[in-house]
Amino acid sequence: MQTEWIYGLIGGGIIGLAGAVYLLINGRIMGASGIIGGLIDGSAKGDQASERLFFLIGLFMVPAIIAIVFGAPETHLTSNLWAIVAAGLLVGVGTRFANGCTSGHGVCGISRLSLRGIVATVFYIMAGGLSVIVFKHTLGWI
Amino acid sequence: MRRLFAFIAGSLFGTGLLISGMTDTSKVQGWLDVFGQWDPTLAFVMGGAIIPMAIAWRLTIGRNPALGGLFPPRPEAKIGRNLVIGSTLFGMGWGLAGLCPGPSIASLSYGGIGGTVFLLAMFAGMWFAPILRNQLDNALPAT
Repeated sequence: MQTEWIYGLIGGGIIGLAGAVYLLINGRIMGASGIIGGLIDGSAKGDQASERLFFLIGLFMVPAIIAIVFGAPETHLTSNLWAIVAAGLLVGVGTRFANGCTSGHGVCGISRLSLRGIVATVFYIMAGGLSVIVFKHTLGWI
Repeated sequence: MRRLFAFIAGSLFGTGLLISGMTDTSKVQGWLDVFGQWDPTLAFVMGGAIIPMAIAWRLTIGRNPALGGLFPPRPEAKIGRNLVIGSTLFGMGWGLAGLCPGPSIASLSYGGIGGTVFLLAMFAGMWFAPILRNQLDNALPAT
């Protein structure tokens, strides 16, 4: 149990370092939903779009290489495809409405004491907790 | 250069997500499951990420990004309807599957069919969101 916390702290530090690189060198906020969403809805164009694409290539490729070399970690994702589709739609619509997700509002927002980031984080954690109560403990979908 | 450092940042982000266990949906749902077997790992990840990020924000004061341009301005501290509705919808989906946008890309190579389905549904949601937002703004103009 405790080793997982240490891995969490180390991995978290690397996530923070990633955000620091993207901010201090590229001058951008490392928000996954914004980076992906701008490519999906076409609001990121030209050089900005290719910069985002390179970010996503790294985000996809390096864990893939680690998984090949050291073995793939278990994701424990539910096998209920309807739940997955509903969750994906909710995450997609919700993060674009809120203009941020766990990385943008959570990591980047809270660290600069942004009120919006803090409020967003409180709401998505509360909704997430409620979601687990309803879908896991009440309905037994997951 | 912008692309190279974007690639490096993305690579670090993916590595951190994998090492921290955040591509494991049971750890995310375990953190949200306050009435079950509560798993505090996510708090360590958040804490670990916020420290270097807070230092980075400090370092932006009086400087410019290394590759030129300006740092993103502080957004207006306005708590709008969309922020609250969006975060609530996002949280519901996050709890339901245990995935958020970053880990959904990071775990794509080993997330199986479910991981791919989640990503496609998320793309669809992201594509649909601006349309839905316009509809909402027309029906109920924000005050």
